[in-house]
Amino acid sequence: MNRLYGARGWTILGVFGFFVFAVMPFFNLYVSTENPMHVSAYWVTLLGKIMCYAIVAVAMDLIWGYAGILSLGHGLFFALGGYSFGMYLMRQIGADGQYQQPMPDFMVFLDWKEFPWQWWNSESFWWCAMLVVVVPGLLAYVFGYFAFRSRVKGVYFSIITQALTFAAMLLFFRNATGFGGNNGFTDFRRILDIPIATPQTRMALFAVSAATLIGTLLLARWIVTSKFGRVLAAIRDAEARVMFCGYDTMYYKLAIWTLSAVLCGIAGALYVPQVGIINPSEMSPANSIEIAIWVAVGGRGTLAGAALGAGLVNGAKSFFTQAFPEYWLFFLGLLFILVTLFLPQGVLGLLNRWKKSA
Amino acid sequence: MRMLIIAALLVFPSLVFSQDAKTVEKLAFGESDEKVEAIAALVAAGDEKSAAVLQAMADGDLYTSGKRVLIVKDDAATDAATGGKLAKVPEDKEDITVNNRLRRELNGALAALKLISPKVEVRHAAAKELLGRAEPAMLPLVKKALGKESNPDVKAMLEQIAAALELKAEDRATRLAAVRKLASSNNSSTKTLLLSFLGSEKDEELRAEAQKSVRAIEGSVAWGERLGVVFTSVSLGSILLLAALGLAITYGLMGVINMAHGELIMLGAYSTYVVQNLFKGSAYFDWYLLAAVPAAFIVPALVGMALERSVIRWLYGRPLETLLATWGISLILIQAVRTLFGAANVQVENPAFMSGGVEAFTGVVLPWSRVVIIGFALFVLLLVYLLLNKTRLGLFVRGVTQNREMAACVGVSTARIDTWAFGLGSGIAGLAGCALSQIDNVGPNLGQNYIVDSFMVVVLGGVGQLAGTVYAALGLGFANKLLEAWQGAVLAKIAVLIFIVFFIQKRPQGMFALKGRAIES
Repeated sequence: MNRLYGARGWTILGVFGFFVFAVMPFFNLYVSTENPMHVSAYWVTLLGKIMCYAIVAVAMDLIWGYAGILSLGHGLFFALGGYSFGMYLMRQIGADGQYQQPMPDFMVFLDWKEFPWQWWNSESFWWCAMLVVVVPGLLAYVFGYFAFRSRVKGVYFSIITQALTFAAMLLFFRNATGFGGNNGFTDFRRILDIPIATPQTRMALFAVSAATLIGTLLLARWIVTSKFGRVLAAIRDAEARVMFCGYDTMYYKLAIWTLSAVLCGIAGALYVPQVGIINPSEMSPANSIEIAIWVAVGGRGTLAGAALGAGLVNGAKSFFTQAFPEYWLFFLGLLFILVTLFLPQGVLGLLNRWKKSA
Repeated sequence: MRMLIIAALLVFPSLVFSQDAKTVEKLAFGESDEKVEAIAALVAAGDEKSAAVLQAMADGDLYTSGKRVLIVKDDAATDAATGGKLAKVPEDKEDITVNNRLRRELNGALAALKLISPKVEVRHAAAKELLGRAEPAMLPLVKKALGKESNPDVKAMLEQIAAALELKAEDRATRLAAVRKLASSNNSSTKTLLLSFLGSEKDEELRAEAQKSVRAIEGSVAWGERLGVVFTSVSLGSILLLAALGLAITYGLMGVINMAHGELIMLGAYSTYVVQNLFKGSAYFDWYLLAAVPAAFIVPALVGMALERSVIRWLYGRPLETLLATWGISLILIQAVRTLFGAANVQVENPAFMSGGVEAFTGVVLPWSRVVIIGFALFVLLLVYLLLNKTRLGLFVRGVTQNREMAACVGVSTARIDTWAFGLGSGIAGLAGCALSQIDNVGPNLGQNYIVDSFMVVVLGGVGQLAGTVYAALGLGFANKLLEAWQGAVLAKIAVLIFIVFFIQKRPQGMFALKGRAIES
């Protein structure tokens, strides 16, 4: 236990846990809506969403901060997880859609008589929950196997992951792919036969996201402090030397790459029922690059910093897009430039520097 | 009522007694089928007056007033049946509604009537319009036009039209002649026509002839299609080449991952838009591109140089950071353009000489804009080649690429060369934008559509030289268009992307890798 975090680390994690598992539920569910202390559904959804992003950021930090591989395809794994779980949510709508038919609305609209093969067994929660892990994991494994075997690295790797994401986005935009085309999945009604829009369900999803985030942080921390993590950092700093020492670097990279993709898929699956929509724009190259900036803002190679960065950038995003929608892109663009130029260690690095000089 | 009609008959005897008037009446008051018959009858008559009536009906100028049919134009009414002028426009006039079916018939009929126009161009256009979609009722008119036609092109087309119509003739010899005549067609709709003819024809000899004709047409149509595919491939290749040439310098030679490259293309397109607006209304509008090309080079070049000086310079040797910072720049440029010009697409008009196209084969039209862009791409390529290989700046750029320290040692100011080279690459991106503004929508997101493609071209071609970029651009153009003809645009694009992903894994240095000892960079 002590190996993972110091006393301060455990305290922060404890405070965070108390906040998400006790404070939030209490002020959302048990304080009446008239009371000014009431935490509204808007905040629960927003924080839940940001925690999903934080999971993605931690996954990204594992691969970028520790193994030195910048992926521009994490939006794809996130979306694949979301689509896998979205299928189950679409089946849960049952005959309550616009057309009152047992098939999802978009299939009725396209005049499809039966489910395409991708939807096999999608009415089962456990099957879809398995797909959430297996689909992004398998894709990442196969793609990573070929890429790492032929030693594609650095910018080349970034660019081909971007090409992969872009190709997937084009594919999902097609109606014939069978996932609702442009509109994707939306209008969910139930999850595990429980209505999805009630405060209790919302809070339950929030709590599951929080637990997953904490679990992800602990798992990631455990990995990077293990011997495996030390080898990863060595690969990042001097891959050739690690190879000369007799390590087969490919399997180290492949393992962390696949794990990172799986974590993204899980985050996507938690994100979809909370936000209530998934469509191919989640796979746009811009989204994947944004994930990198969350990590850079918080601090590469710090894990907690990545989660913090996701929170800061997305908090700023929801503030700006409401208050000054036309300035958000200016702000985001400047953030990209300033962080890379002046904050190579991110916010966490800045804090540490202050502490040392003080 | 009856009294009224008798009175009307007494006043306008022509209404009843001329064949023409009956047709016009059917046209105005009849059921849909009757109206179609009337149109056919008017076409068969094929004179000036019928043409006027049909034109009026198509334009919505045909009205009924009581039992009379009037053409009302510019507050003057003419009786459609007799051609006599009326003193004033009657108050009780009513529209004749023209539904879609009638409109189709009318358009065909009007085209047929244009066959007898005195102007060659009008006849040519009309004959082309009718190729493969003439109605049997037009046969007399086509024959009449054929007798009078002197222009060989139009005559050949008219013969095709007549032959297509004569396929349905009763007389076997006529049908045989028609089938033989159609063999010289290179129009795919003629093939459809012959195939349906094969479906109904019983006579063995005629069938054999028809099959021979189908094969002949298939041959020439296939050539036309192949030519079309080659042209669109070269056209797409030239666009990719233009978009990627600038990147071949900034990324290929300098090693800067410039994610804002697409936005520099977009700036070039917007510069063209601004210059075009300055020329609007002037007599020299057709020549605005002469001013737009330098502007589209200079504006992005200056922006690029400023970026190199302020941001990119500090990130040399850190490619992943460069990627993120230039992505940030691209976001700022997109939003800046959105704030200045609005989020909607802006209108860039082609100069007159670039609109329209040249028809190389029936059904294969090469738009002038595309032809000009292919030429422009070659021009820019030549320019870049000369600049890199024949000038002092080019020598220095190549020197810095090969060995930065050595170049600095012999007195090259490497920092200044970096700025100039980056400006050059940005300016060429702007030229691509100028070309794209002629064929694509110009909006703030223009660049986003080209950034992935440009990187693919440069990466596929191999970093560090131009020849690879040219081959990769043309290769991708062909691959895209050939797959598109087979599987549709989206799947073609996906297939090409996946192909590149695998290709890079096989040959990470691209098709034309520079030979050297760089094991790890």
